[in-house]
Amino acid sequence: MQRIGDAPLVRRLLIVIAVGLSGLFLLLPLVAIFAQAFSQGVGVFWSNVSDFYTLHAIGLTLGIALLTIPVCLVFGVALAWLVTRFSFPGRRLLQTLIDIPFAVSPVVAGLIYLLLYGRNGWIGGWLDSYDMQLMFSWPGILMVTIFVTCPFVARELIPLMQAQGSREEEAAVTLGASGWTTFRRVTLPNIRWALLYGIILTNARAVGEFGAVSVVSGAIRGQTNTLPLHLEQLYQDYNAVGAFACAALLALIALLTLAAKAGLEWRASRREAFA
Amino acid sequence: MSLVIFRRSILALAIGATLSSPAVAQERELLNSSYDIARELFADINPKFEAWWEEEHDEEIEVSQSHGGSSAQARAIMQGLRADVVTYNQVTDVQALADADLVAEDWQDALPNNASPYYSTTAFLVRKDNPKGIENWDDLVEEDIEMVFPNPKTSGNGRYTYLAAWGFADEQFDGDEEQIQDFMRTFLGNVEVFDNGGRGATTSFIEREIGDVLISFESEVNNIRKEYGSDDYEVIVPPTSILAEFPVAVVGPNAERNENSDLAQSYLEYLYREDTQRLLAGFNYRVHHEDVVEEFADQFPETELLKVEDVFGSWEEAMETHFEGGAMLDQLQRR
Amino acid sequence: MSHLALRRFGSARVLPGFGLSMGISVLFISLVLLLPITGLFGQLAGLSFAEYWSIITEGRVVASYMVTIGAAAVAALINAAFGLLLAWVLVRYTFPGKRLLDALMDLPFALPTAVAGITLATLYSSNGWMGSWLEALGLPVAQTWVGIALAMAFTSIPFVVRTVQPVLEDMPVEVDEAAMSLGATDGVAFRRVIMPHLWPALVTGTGLAFVRSLGEFGAIIFIAGNMPYETEITALMIFIKLQEYDYVGASAIASVVLFVSLALLLAINVWQGRFVRRLHGGKA
Repeated sequence: MQRIGDAPLVRRLLIVIAVGLSGLFLLLPLVAIFAQAFSQGVGVFWSNVSDFYTLHAIGLTLGIALLTIPVCLVFGVALAWLVTRFSFPGRRLLQTLIDIPFAVSPVVAGLIYLLLYGRNGWIGGWLDSYDMQLMFSWPGILMVTIFVTCPFVARELIPLMQAQGSREEEAAVTLGASGWTTFRRVTLPNIRWALLYGIILTNARAVGEFGAVSVVSGAIRGQTNTLPLHLEQLYQDYNAVGAFACAALLALIALLTLAAKAGLEWRASRREAFA
Repeated sequence: MSLVIFRRSILALAIGATLSSPAVAQERELLNSSYDIARELFADINPKFEAWWEEEHDEEIEVSQSHGGSSAQARAIMQGLRADVVTYNQVTDVQALADADLVAEDWQDALPNNASPYYSTTAFLVRKDNPKGIENWDDLVEEDIEMVFPNPKTSGNGRYTYLAAWGFADEQFDGDEEQIQDFMRTFLGNVEVFDNGGRGATTSFIEREIGDVLISFESEVNNIRKEYGSDDYEVIVPPTSILAEFPVAVVGPNAERNENSDLAQSYLEYLYREDTQRLLAGFNYRVHHEDVVEEFADQFPETELLKVEDVFGSWEEAMETHFEGGAMLDQLQRR
Repeated sequence: MSHLALRRFGSARVLPGFGLSMGISVLFISLVLLLPITGLFGQLAGLSFAEYWSIITEGRVVASYMVTIGAAAVAALINAAFGLLLAWVLVRYTFPGKRLLDALMDLPFALPTAVAGITLATLYSSNGWMGSWLEALGLPVAQTWVGIALAMAFTSIPFVVRTVQPVLEDMPVEVDEAAMSLGATDGVAFRRVIMPHLWPALVTGTGLAFVRSLGEFGAIIFIAGNMPYETEITALMIFIKLQEYDYVGASAIASVVLFVSLALLLAINVWQGRFVRRLHGGKA
């Protein structure tokens, strides 16, 4: 059976345009970054990457991303379930509220956290009297990262779950399945790729976030310096190669998460083929 | 299953690394909050200070660094970043901390030379052989000149350039406000790009080949020339320019809380020692120590350095009349 | 209409987890999103409306709104077309390098925006790989309005691709079959059969891309030129206020961006809800 747009000519044309534009628009910048990173040879690249401060920044950045993902995941699934499976007053408002992070400039996002949890803020001031500090340490970085990335999972799930409707789940529940089983057996398989996209986007954004983190981090080297902040410092200090080496690492992290996703997809499709 | 274990171990590793690192525990740690282009400078000074302190006091300490735009850095301290000392490139940012009672009110008297262990001025970087013959500020208002310097709205560096040009025009036109403003309007009109900071302006000028002249700190343009090829660029220090102080101060309440008051004071005084001053001169900063000044005399051409306080009354007045929203700079750029 | 209402009511009854998901969502939104936002309005509390108005309608700030909105609109439209094409190609066709292309789509999120900015500025400057021949074609990009739109488009690419992709993947084969068996041409079938399913996702993606572009700072600043009244964006105005320790001014301008963005997103959500209901209602 031929599907829409399957005529060879149309297909080829669309593929060529898509690949060409992506090449110019996305691949070229990526190539430029790697070209810069390796412009003085592998040795210089390596010495920049294996520097203590760079390694620490990598560890911190990955750690923050790994803590961010589960939080965003639970929230995203709960919210998507809520707004696509139930009808209640304020549903639309709730759905809009989760877009606040998109509507707030990252620097402003960092600032509002600072104004609340900083020493002069009312929560921060209270914590300060107990000698506790959230800002300028990793919890602060985690908090703003969650703020910036929380819409992604929900945003991926909502249109899909809306399009799918709830009939399958209703059928399962009517047949006596428990809520958790319904979710695991019926909902999850349907949304799994969207969920994975959501996680990947969350991870990508968490790893690359600069604006909001720069405000609350304090940028203490070897302590609260994330990879994007470290990169910025190297750039400011005329170590362009070092800066682009960090950029190449960040791009690599993004590509690796996607490779992982592709691997999972491939395994799943093989299992389905055997079943 | 194995994936889960793998994930967990990475998590443990990453979090472990994050948590354990500041816990070098008993060692005292001094935090220096500094401006964005001083990373290499303090990476050089800090180990020397650490060694010196250990020799003098038989105590191991560690100096940590935080770098960023100095306004953002001062903002962080106001909101609770527990830095013990600040080493900035703008007087106004230390003053902002003083206004918030985090730095002593008389901080400029606490250390020699207005608490500025080194200083610089505003200079020009031109392309090879200086094709447009730029020697002084009035060469910059010619019609065919294109300039690059950081945005005075976002960068202290850019503000110095603006103030230096104004100071020159003030002398040139003997204080005739209308002529000064005309000069400044033309001057600002010749700017091709307003980058956010010194680094961005450098990239525009060097890598994107925009403009005939880059205006920045003398220390910066010298470093840039060294970095990007002495043959391709020339440094011009105009006969009249502005004094750019690099102020330092102890953040009193923080240093007390961290029990670092003695360390903080020593650290700042250490910047005035002869060998540190020599090191600073090596980074193309002008210094005060007489022997070092003599040693590096060739490197720093003599020039008349206008003081902000003399031309504009005070930093506060300069900010008010020139840079605040709706003030002179906005009026000059209005259309 | 009545049977629709009945069905909705029924679904609220049948499916479990209302309390749990509501609890998590409300708690999270209150703590993570709403509480900090109060900080923003706390800053504005001391302003009279006249003062607020004069800050947000200052000539240079207004000029920055124009630049930002215009460039963001262009960027969003570019992304709508580009994103739809990419999503289609990635879902419907197989070809060598497809996985790589798929992976590339998320690159703009992973790169810190400043890196994207520096790299784009280098590529599109008049002596860069792309900029040199675009300039020869009479289209200077760097230091112009076009550069701003380009940087905005780059940073928001994933939005459209990633919202359209899952919906397209989920579309049953029968939809195609029905259209093709009627003998419609590709163009007509796409417009009549596929697009109605894609609209909500496409509009959402484009809307998000637009809103994201309104707040973007790091990626744009290097390529924009930042000349007053011509290429200054609103985020730069906020940044300048912060540099001046003027939290109130920064909050005032930020609140304008926030209101506009939220109003737009709410409109999209309401529209989308109506649209989906109509679609499902029609099918049922």
